[in-house]
Amino acid sequence: MSAVLSSETKKVLTAPLVNDNPITLQVLGICSALAVTSKMSTSLIMALALTLVTAFSSAAISSIRNHIPSSIRIIVQMTIIASLVIVVDQILKAFAYEVSKQLSVFVGLIITNCIVMGRAEGYAMKNPPLESFMDGIGNGLGYSLILIIVAFFRETLGSGKLLGIEVFKLTKDGGWYDPNGLMLLPPSAFFIIGLIIWAVRQWKPEQVEKVDFKIMAIAHGEGGHH
Amino acid sequence: MEAYVSLFVKAVFIENLALSFFLGMCTFIAVSKKISTAMGLGVAVMVVQAITVPANNIVYHALLKEDALSWMGITGVDLSFLALLSCIGMIAALVQILEMILDKFFPALYFALGVFLPLITVNCAILGGSLFMIERDYNFGESVTYGIGSGLGWALAITVMAGVREKLKYSDIPPGLQGLGITFITAGLMSLGFMAFSGIQL
Repeated sequence: MSAVLSSETKKVLTAPLVNDNPITLQVLGICSALAVTSKMSTSLIMALALTLVTAFSSAAISSIRNHIPSSIRIIVQMTIIASLVIVVDQILKAFAYEVSKQLSVFVGLIITNCIVMGRAEGYAMKNPPLESFMDGIGNGLGYSLILIIVAFFRETLGSGKLLGIEVFKLTKDGGWYDPNGLMLLPPSAFFIIGLIIWAVRQWKPEQVEKVDFKIMAIAHGEGGHH
Repeated sequence: MEAYVSLFVKAVFIENLALSFFLGMCTFIAVSKKISTAMGLGVAVMVVQAITVPANNIVYHALLKEDALSWMGITGVDLSFLALLSCIGMIAALVQILEMILDKFFPALYFALGVFLPLITVNCAILGGSLFMIERDYNFGESVTYGIGSGLGWALAITVMAGVREKLKYSDIPPGLQGLGITFITAGLMSLGFMAFSGIQL
């Protein structure tokens, strides 16, 4: 029994990292994520907060899943998630006030983060609490992975630092690296995620979406007029 | 009056919810394949945003803010930590009510928006708008302006995005970048374009 459980647990824990990543494949939870990635420290806190909220909300929802009438299940899920987020928010305000100021509304936005709702609705409502908890952790980690990669590039290239420690010596301090200001601005997050998706799909071609239109080779003359 | 106009312009262009705060991205990516559906969703978001932000503003100032309960004779109570829960509850309830009203009185509009309305409850742009309103401590007038402006900005962004994606059909994209990848790059370029507005002094 334990062997079965552990292999199943392992699967739900590791699948979301690459093969079924919530951001690059399921397109969930990009909403509140990208804005916090201009610094490594904020992304780490955000990743941790989201992982914990997903795991505990999945476990809580799954343990009462047989008692929730299906017509009001969304509201019940929302309330559980919102309460957990309030706890996280208050803890951050008490122990990491600076970071909580930088994250501003994005901690609150974990409530509407599609990963949390998506896992609650798609997995926790059908599975026992332990698996749901692990599934929450797994999806949280998949999200964290992307967040950390993006933050790594944005912070090192944008300000020459990592977690506030100097990696590249900047030209203004007499070093050689000229920081790329674009990396600190919102558009770079889109570019980096786009490139990550490209890289992952080159590596795992089965993730490529079906093409719903194909360019026809034109025998002669130019293409259509649009 | 001038302050309201500048807040409005700021909410629509400079602090565009979708392109500079990444809010409502999931729906932004998922529903921007066709201009007509994108526009439908955009209008729905705008309507809901214009109603929920002022509504949350009233609730926050009358019930939750520090010492807000003094009109009932209770002082020294700070319920602002409940803001998250009350905001999301308010949004869910209002969306539900809006759905019923539209169904009863404006069936044509209901059928046009019907699919999108439930989706809006979990749209981060809506909750984000309300939370920004609280964080920046807007008064009622400002919250109305901000609600309409930010909703319009989001609608504008998703419609433009859908327009670009419709044209993308005619381009030859490497297979790995097909679909999601190129959509992100496009959104990045658009966001770059919207950043040009930030040079405007108001």
